Amino acid sequence: MTEPIDSTGRRKTTFTETMSTGSLLIRLILLAVVDALVVWFILGLVPRGSFILAVAVAIIAVIVNIVVLRANAGPLRWMIIGLVLMAMFAIYPILYTVYVSTTNYGFGHLLTKEQVTQQFESTKYLPEGKGAYTWTAYVSNDGDFALWLQDTQGQSYLAFPDQPISSVEPGQQGVGELDAEGIPSMIDGYQRLNRLAVVRYINDLGKLSFGSGDWIVQISSLDTASELEPQFSYDAARDVLTNQETGVEYKPSKGFFVSQSGERLTPGFQISVGFDNFIQFVKSPALQGPLVSITLWNFAFAFLSVAMTFSLGLFLAIIFSDTAIRGRKLIRTLLLIPYTIPSLITIMIWRGLLNPELGIVNQTLMSIFGWAPPWFTDPWWAKGAILLINLWLGFPYFMLICSGALTAISPELYDAAEVDGASIWQRFRHITLPMLLVAVGPLLVASFVFNFNNFNIIFLFIEGGPPIVGASTEAGYTDILISYVYNLAFAGGRGAQYGMAAAITIVVFIIVAALAMFQFRFTKMWEEVSENV
Amino acid sequence: MSDKGFLHSLRTSQRRQRQIRLVLIYLVAIIAIAFALFPIIWIISASLNPANSLSSQKLIPDNASFVNYAKLLTDSEFSRIFPFKKWLFNSVKLAGITTLFSISITTMAAYSFSRFRFRGRENMLRGILLVQMFPNLLLMVAVFLLIQQIGGVIPVLSLNTHSALILVYLGGAMGINIWLMKGYFDSIPKDIDESAMVDGATHWQIFTRLLLPLMRPIIVVVAVLSFIFVYSDFIIARILLKTTEQYPLTVGLYIFTSGQFQQEWGVFAAGALMGALPIVIIYLVLQDQIAGGLTQGAVKG
Repeated sequence: MTEPIDSTGRRKTTFTETMSTGSLLIRLILLAVVDALVVWFILGLVPRGSFILAVAVAIIAVIVNIVVLRANAGPLRWMIIGLVLMAMFAIYPILYTVYVSTTNYGFGHLLTKEQVTQQFESTKYLPEGKGAYTWTAYVSNDGDFALWLQDTQGQSYLAFPDQPISSVEPGQQGVGELDAEGIPSMIDGYQRLNRLAVVRYINDLGKLSFGSGDWIVQISSLDTASELEPQFSYDAARDVLTNQETGVEYKPSKGFFVSQSGERLTPGFQISVGFDNFIQFVKSPALQGPLVSITLWNFAFAFLSVAMTFSLGLFLAIIFSDTAIRGRKLIRTLLLIPYTIPSLITIMIWRGLLNPELGIVNQTLMSIFGWAPPWFTDPWWAKGAILLINLWLGFPYFMLICSGALTAISPELYDAAEVDGASIWQRFRHITLPMLLVAVGPLLVASFVFNFNNFNIIFLFIEGGPPIVGASTEAGYTDILISYVYNLAFAGGRGAQYGMAAAITIVVFIIVAALAMFQFRFTKMWEEVSENV
Repeated sequence: MSDKGFLHSLRTSQRRQRQIRLVLIYLVAIIAIAFALFPIIWIISASLNPANSLSSQKLIPDNASFVNYAKLLTDSEFSRIFPFKKWLFNSVKLAGITTLFSISITTMAAYSFSRFRFRGRENMLRGILLVQMFPNLLLMVAVFLLIQQIGGVIPVLSLNTHSALILVYLGGAMGINIWLMKGYFDSIPKDIDESAMVDGATHWQIFTRLLLPLMRPIIVVVAVLSFIFVYSDFIIARILLKTTEQYPLTVGLYIFTSGQFQQEWGVFAAGALMGALPIVIIYLVLQDQIAGGLTQGAVKG
């Protein structure tokens, strides 16, 4: 803090903070509690495969500790909660989107390779012809079963489903006296099944696994029961998963364990696919059909929306700028009403108004012309409807902005033009429009960016429909990129495809960033921002 | 033709032209107003029409009544499928809590950015603005996965909880609010702080007792903006919340439109109007304060 005087010659406020030991103690205790929670949180994340999140949380936690403990980090302590929230819910998601876009994360590839391997290793199978135990079954009044197992060495065990198998002496755990074959006549609460009764229950018994953990026994024949063995074993050194039952080896390939003969084990796992998603975005013929038309419509929709709302807004602003009009203020106020109602709600209202069979618009048109547009089922009419609604939603805004900007244009310019004999059109073309665009230009760009990602109108009016028949992923004729991302990640009947969705998000990111840079150049906003920091 | 006669005819033709122009302007005004107001008038009419179904619509309904409103607010049978009051409550709760936290967190951050000079300050301010450039909406996939992962460990912050949703809202709008607030802080002369400092006031005292009262106009603006932002969010709530009981109004109404919309058109109309009401009221009551706060804050960036 060696900057006591700033350019205006005034002393700058440097951070000085006096702290009593009491408040310091409270701060340390709070920090310790927070740290303990963070450690617990991270330890919970790791076994669930959320490594990246665990690392991010750890980094944020370290920064928080530094800020809280360092004496001269006082200014940062004022904003630490805000910064943590931003880091967690604004910055991390951006970076995570970039990461996910390079993976195959999605339906069928939800788990990490470690998790999938563990899952395979924990599946068991019943080795055939290896009768390790003879068994006797018992049934309770509720229909629960228990088994009395005897191995070849004469050891006896008591087994219940999903409980550890134990070796018990008569008298323990309600086990009654043993008969000549070493089998208890009864177990408390359970009744022994004789040969005949067993046949009745054999189907139910065969489905049950007795015991838990590594020691699980299943019935393999009318006399014998066998211990289940892990179906797969994973050799980390060779990176091979072997099926113990068949001896087939599976090697990881493209997010699946695949055998020599091409058999795939499901589920697959997450892998990095590099730029594959992006290459698919551009190249894949399956995706290309809808994606090309979606991208084109996305640009057309944003451009037309801005052009139409701006034109109508400007037109009305010019017309009502004439001070001779009576009731000018009333007219303007009435026209502004659509702007005050949340657009989400009005979009849904329009959905009812334009309902093809029952909506008022079509009923009226029907009764006059005997024909009405199929707003919901025809791709072009659906696009028209969306533009119409967007015009209704957006024109008051530009009317407001333009009437403000119009009053700022000096009337002398028009007088001079009139003297030179310029027509109304020439005056508009050479004075009004250029002057206006300087003021309104940045807002036009902003409006374009907003409409480029205007998910709500597309989704709430028609969910992107009507659907494109034969598209590889659910897509509709009015879908824009961001609603297509939604389909890929959340609405797909084919299951979530987060990797691809993230890749398209990145493409939209880049378009938005390019537009933002254009806007900065337009307005010199960055310079202004830099002056103000 | 004499000069006088020429001038006279010129004047009458000018007057006639002017009259024609005015008539045309009024005609345009009528058409434009009809375009702007017809959906709203229509929905008001529908909400008062006891016939309820979309097909039995009339501009001036027979036997107009508030029966649709009553159905939403008092019919317990109906509210089991469409718990409208719960949705409205959820919306106000989410928006209210987010606003409250957002204001407390951002005023403190903005105070620090405005009053202290520290290393990395300018880059942080620029970075915050840059992060804000990316529309919230684009992060939906990542935010969903993030909450899914967090929720696996911490159940209170899992999918389908309001607390997770609030955290996402808070993180998303932080940047722009900090900038708005900081601009306003900058416009308050530092002499005020310095004289208080000489009197032995701590930063905390200066912040809470001196500056916060002066910040009222911008606090109102940021509060209104963040309330409206949350109240009219659809997509994040739609992604993170799963059960009807948890939905805010926007998602609830959407469920309505994709369900028995056509049979319950009148009830939907009543719900849409009641849902829009809080925002319209906020605009009407606070419009001068909003405009004032925004321009004052904007002067300094």
